[in-house]
Amino acid sequence: MLAYYLRLGVRSLRRNPMLTLLMVLAIGFGVAASMTTYAVFRAVSGNPIPDKSAKLFKPQIDNWGHANGRTSDDPPDAMDYTDAMALMKTGKATRQTVSYPVGLSVIPANPKAKPFNVTGYATYADFFPMFEVPFQYGGAWPASDDTQHAPVAVISEKVNQRLFGGGNSVGRSIDIEGHRYRIAGVTRTWNPQPRFFDVNNTGGFAPDPPEIWIPFTRAVDLQIPTWGNNNCNGNVSPGWKGWLYSECVWLSYWVELPDAAAAARYKNYLHAYAAQQQQAGRFDWPPNVRLHNVTEWLADQHVVPQESQVSLFVALGFLVVCLVNTIGLLLAKFMRRAPEIGVRRALGASRGEVYRQFLAEAAMVGVAGGVLGLLLTAGGVLGIGMVFDPDIARLARVDVTLVALTLLVAVFATVIAAFYPTWRAARVQPAWQLKSN
Amino acid sequence: MQIKPILSALRHHKAGTILIAVQIALTLAIVCNALFIIQQRVTQLSRSSGVDEAHLIRIQNQWVGTDDKDIGPLMKADLDTLRRLPGVVDAYATNTTPLSNGGWSTGMSLKPGSKGERTMTAIYFADNHTLNTLGLKLVAGRNFHASEVAPHMPHDTLQPPQVIVTKALADKLFPGGQAVGKSVYLGDKPSIIVGVVARLQVPWVGGWASNWEGQSTLVPRQLMMGGANFVVRVKDGQLGKIERAAPAALLASDRMRVIADDHGVMTFTQMRQDVYKRDRGMAILMGVICLVLLGITAAGIVGLTSFWVGQRRKQIGVRRALGATRHDILSYFLTENLLIGVTGVVMGVLLAMGMNQWLMQAFEMQRISWLWVAGGVIVLLLLGQAAVLAPAMRASRVPPVVATRTV
Repeated sequence: MLAYYLRLGVRSLRRNPMLTLLMVLAIGFGVAASMTTYAVFRAVSGNPIPDKSAKLFKPQIDNWGHANGRTSDDPPDAMDYTDAMALMKTGKATRQTVSYPVGLSVIPANPKAKPFNVTGYATYADFFPMFEVPFQYGGAWPASDDTQHAPVAVISEKVNQRLFGGGNSVGRSIDIEGHRYRIAGVTRTWNPQPRFFDVNNTGGFAPDPPEIWIPFTRAVDLQIPTWGNNNCNGNVSPGWKGWLYSECVWLSYWVELPDAAAAARYKNYLHAYAAQQQQAGRFDWPPNVRLHNVTEWLADQHVVPQESQVSLFVALGFLVVCLVNTIGLLLAKFMRRAPEIGVRRALGASRGEVYRQFLAEAAMVGVAGGVLGLLLTAGGVLGIGMVFDPDIARLARVDVTLVALTLLVAVFATVIAAFYPTWRAARVQPAWQLKSN
Repeated sequence: MQIKPILSALRHHKAGTILIAVQIALTLAIVCNALFIIQQRVTQLSRSSGVDEAHLIRIQNQWVGTDDKDIGPLMKADLDTLRRLPGVVDAYATNTTPLSNGGWSTGMSLKPGSKGERTMTAIYFADNHTLNTLGLKLVAGRNFHASEVAPHMPHDTLQPPQVIVTKALADKLFPGGQAVGKSVYLGDKPSIIVGVVARLQVPWVGGWASNWEGQSTLVPRQLMMGGANFVVRVKDGQLGKIERAAPAALLASDRMRVIADDHGVMTFTQMRQDVYKRDRGMAILMGVICLVLLGITAAGIVGLTSFWVGQRRKQIGVRRALGATRHDILSYFLTENLLIGVTGVVMGVLLAMGMNQWLMQAFEMQRISWLWVAGGVIVLLLLGQAAVLAPAMRASRVPPVVATRTV
């Protein structure tokens, strides 16, 4: 019977091609607008490290208070050197790392090749296992290199390609700004989005993967400045040391904790540390600390761009208008066939049969709208670079899930829209229709 | 035209009437807010940066293998190279420029140290060539003297004896006017305002700096860091040539440097495009959504009204037979649409305000102005009338003889 209803549907739709086209267009545009913006939204609101996002935590300590007319009650987003080193020294977490972005010039061994810039992080050995950095060759440097301030480096696949032609370069050396470093490992291309471990400096999205990592302790010895933000509140003494021990915040501190109980213990520890600083007279405000896991931190920092949210909501509103439009057109279409329905009902068709017939017809409009929507979505995703930053736009892609979702939303939405017109159609009184003719 | 018969006719088409009204209401709410977003973005991206963008190039240069303290002579040599190039008007080195979306900000105070209220300002490193290079207009005081320009190591405290500020900053600090000669504080030591320029936008174009986007300070200091930005002003028609010649001349004078291939050399026109990309994109997206939405709403009205006309052919025939003119039939449908439209826009205005209220809370947008809502109301009413015109014309052409037929 369903096949018969589908055939009837095709006939009926072909009888008013303009009206049918209008409905298909409305559904197609509505679905495409929603799906395109959803593709972006999905890309920017994704979990960058799903299996560990509940185990990685970002501690914050308020080292500014309300000094110098500051009004915010939140601790600064980044950490100062003094506190980071104190936390690092006690090492209360399973793993911990502190890092800051660096921009370095690499001088190739070949004197004919031009020097080039790479960006990456000065960090601790725990960075690599904590954030699950994949390696092509070698691995993280040993923790002893951190304490010895050793000249070691981890480089990316791309840098390895440029310097060593892609071969296993572990153990070889590389010249960074006139200093030699031994290569401990080569990572595969790794660029989690959002870049949760460095929201402070990237805003969450960085187009280019990090290319180099060197020990934090070594970078501080060499006075390598941060490539990212440096925020100060109050006066800073002159010189590198003066800045290092100031209350300027510029570091990203992360810890790995196995479970909620450990997180609670760590938060207590942060609280106790801040209380101790208050007693020592460094803070003249009560302890104000935070401990966010990855997803909480991304939400706290509003990583999902405003554009993405606003356009998703506007597009959903647009879809609703398209559906209201479809309800109206289907109503017109179905009610025009009241005499036909009357005849079918008089010949013994139940209300259920009428329901099935008209919902099948609506579902076909939905499928056609979905196919059109799919084409428009594909075009939309291609053209999305016009609206969003290229580093965000490139994250949005059409995949199986999106295709399935687009078709599903189109059919589902159309069938929902068809319920009221169908209900009206099913209520047609056969006697009345037959009489009037 | 009598309204009463129309209302009683509409009572027989409750569902269709409500659907059109709801569609008009939703469309109005979305279009008003979308147009408002467009207007805000366009205002944002048409602000002037205060510099002579059409003739400016920024070169991001990184010296390789040098200590910060050895940079002075390198910078001087590079600036000489750039200023000597034929076609170049002037050049200087700085930490950042307008339209770059990154730089230094600090609080400026009328009292030393951390005492006193602080006014936010962006810090631009500058020398005696800066005003000429950027094309800034001095409205009071004087330019820096060459002797006042000094090197600044990255972690030195910044408190130069002289500064030049923008008019926006001067007005904020000294509402009484006359800022030249007054002292301001970046740290413990005073800086004398020696000049005031008409306008120089801060490096950030949106978000956090939007309340003080004109408050900039020029300091007569050269930042001794491995990376520097050279700003070059060129003569008319020389932009393309210098864009290639400047980095080539720098590399020829000293190879130990990095000027990135992709964004190492940029014209200020490109920088403006890049930095406002989101704003322009958002405006385009909203514009497209508005157009498609209006189109779909119009098409919906055409569809439903056509159906009504088809359904009422017999009644129309009867009215015509009883003496109604074509004009009467036409104006019947136009008035009917107007009634539905007015109901729709009344709901739509409430919805638009609600949506704006919510956007204000969730995304810190501004309150929508009544002008936009009023504009949206007029657009939708006109759209409704235009959409109904074709089916109404068809209705008016229904001949009176239809009344005598049974089917």
